[in-house]
Amino acid sequence: MNPSNNSPLSIWQRVWRSAVREPFTGDRRSRLRLVMNNLVLHLHPSQVPARTLRFTYSFGLGGLAGLLVVILAATGMLLETAYTPSPDKAYTSILALSTRIWFGQFIRNLHHWSGNLMIIVVALHLLRVFFTGAFRAPREFNWLVGIALLLLTVMANFTGYLLPWDQLAYWAITVGSSIIVYVPFIGNGLSNVLLGGPEIGAATLLNFYALHISIIPMAMLALMSLHFWRVRKDGGLSLPRGVDEPPVSKDENVLTVADLVRPEAVWAMVALATLVVWAALVNAPLEALANPDASPNPAKAAWYFMGIQELLLHFHPLVGAIIIPTLGLLGLGALPYMDSDMNSVGIYFRSRRGRWLALFSAATGVLLTALYIVLDEYVIDFAGWFYGLPALVSNGILPLILLILGIIGYYEFVRRAFRATKCEGVLSVFVLVLAGFIVLTLVGVFFRGAGMQLMFPWEITPTH
Amino acid sequence: MTENQQRLCAPESLHSQTGIPRRDFLRLGWTALAGVAVVEAGVVSVGFFLPRLSEGEFGGVFKCGAVDKFPNGSVTPFNEGRFYLVRTQDGGFLALYRKCTHLGCAVPWDQTKQQFICPCHASVFDQNGDVLNAPAPRPLDLFQVNLVGDQVQVDTSKQTRRDRFDPTQIVYPT
Ligand code: FES
Repeated sequence: MNPSNNSPLSIWQRVWRSAVREPFTGDRRSRLRLVMNNLVLHLHPSQVPARTLRFTYSFGLGGLAGLLVVILAATGMLLETAYTPSPDKAYTSILALSTRIWFGQFIRNLHHWSGNLMIIVVALHLLRVFFTGAFRAPREFNWLVGIALLLLTVMANFTGYLLPWDQLAYWAITVGSSIIVYVPFIGNGLSNVLLGGPEIGAATLLNFYALHISIIPMAMLALMSLHFWRVRKDGGLSLPRGVDEPPVSKDENVLTVADLVRPEAVWAMVALATLVVWAALVNAPLEALANPDASPNPAKAAWYFMGIQELLLHFHPLVGAIIIPTLGLLGLGALPYMDSDMNSVGIYFRSRRGRWLALFSAATGVLLTALYIVLDEYVIDFAGWFYGLPALVSNGILPLILLILGIIGYYEFVRRAFRATKCEGVLSVFVLVLAGFIVLTLVGVFFRGAGMQLMFPWEITPTH
Repeated sequence: MTENQQRLCAPESLHSQTGIPRRDFLRLGWTALAGVAVVEAGVVSVGFFLPRLSEGEFGGVFKCGAVDKFPNGSVTPFNEGRFYLVRTQDGGFLALYRKCTHLGCAVPWDQTKQQFICPCHASVFDQNGDVLNAPAPRPLDLFQVNLVGDQVQVDTSKQTRRDRFDPTQIVYPT
């Protein structure tokens, strides 16, 4: 390739050259070609607009999720060798991790916390993309792929939750998978297939194991490839803008090596170090061996399903567990197709008014949801007030219609009272619902004690 | 000349005038076959996940013992079989699946209160499994009780849902 280089190459140099065709010299051309010729770096374009490097725009959340996938794959593969997916061996093989295998407990901790953290990181990534308006054309489809990846992340966590086969796992999965039974018509069949029987047993453990270690990871790998590829196809990150900044079509480019790669590497190192310290200090939970004869009180689903479990306390199960989450997901997927205001792409919360409205809607959502939960505990009793009606109507359809009317009303209110644009209205409703969901989750996790009674966290005494 | 050629090459001249064009027919055929293949693969995959039940475990038939072993008004737990064998005051049998119809917790029998009280979200059921207290949406599911001679057998392979308790669900020894 380099004709001036006449000296014969040693065998090692030849092997090295066969893998890395062009030696890296550090000049501009070499930097560009490094990105193009390297499989991993090639996820990036060879140059990127300088302003997309602002950390406070993307917070590196997508990359962080990618890093977590790598950590999870590496630790997961190690754990596979130590684990036996059968009801009489699973628990002891988890115990053996802390007694018989070097760093076994640490690797399990790292896997456990990375998995949980990934749900949060992926959710925050989704919020970042929404709040900066980056989901709009041409990125609508990648928004959908992202939602699918969020669902897969939750499913990966859910299937992994059962594997330690302790009381926590057994009953959280029992409660979580019982929600499926409420799907109309096919719910029972669906749950039978997933669990491999009417309740959790050896077949369930094997089903979940297969889903957790191969089926879901494979699906994620495929969708992640699509997701990353689309980011490039759709023109990279959307360009950040200040509230009063005019839109820029062209921006000064910088080289990916090393202006993008360097901060990425630093962020990855910081995240990795934090996780390692956390995993060294905080053990993943492990309770007593699963006992199908004794449910704990209260029995709670995994934290990421507590919002839905809390909804179940307030609505007929069909509405609380199936219809509302489905409507929520559909709404999420429809966002880029309903809201196509291209003027605010790149501006956090759309505009000055948008920022104010987001704050206002968050406060409203928190207050209304908390108020409703307390009132529903002591005052509201749809089933009693409309005694003659079937529970599905009185405690399901009726409050659902009120809820939907309330959301539409809020949209109209924001539009009229604050003269919000359409897209600021959508933003307000999104934040309102999001705040509500977060409150539901927090109440479910921290404010529900024995018998799922409403109480303060310090009053709750766990019974097992 | 040009016009003539166009007419000659027009797709209409390549296939019969009636019915679906050949090209469309083939495309439809391939699509249908691909669809069938996908469905087949799906059915095969689901089959792998389906219940795999074995004898003597939960999901099989349980031999509970002689009829006389169970006094009237008693509730006997069979943990292996995940059910309670209930003998009603008038001597009939009911096999209640102990899985709460709300979110699936194991419901214990409270001997002093003579009720099933779910620890998870406080659903209450009476001796027949009927709901006394929500959130459970329906009574406890039933298993089939078979009386073979004077022996009680419970088939746990299939649970029966019911919207309410009614006396025809009770099985009486003859
Ligand atoms: S699972 Fe029994 S009341 Fe909820």
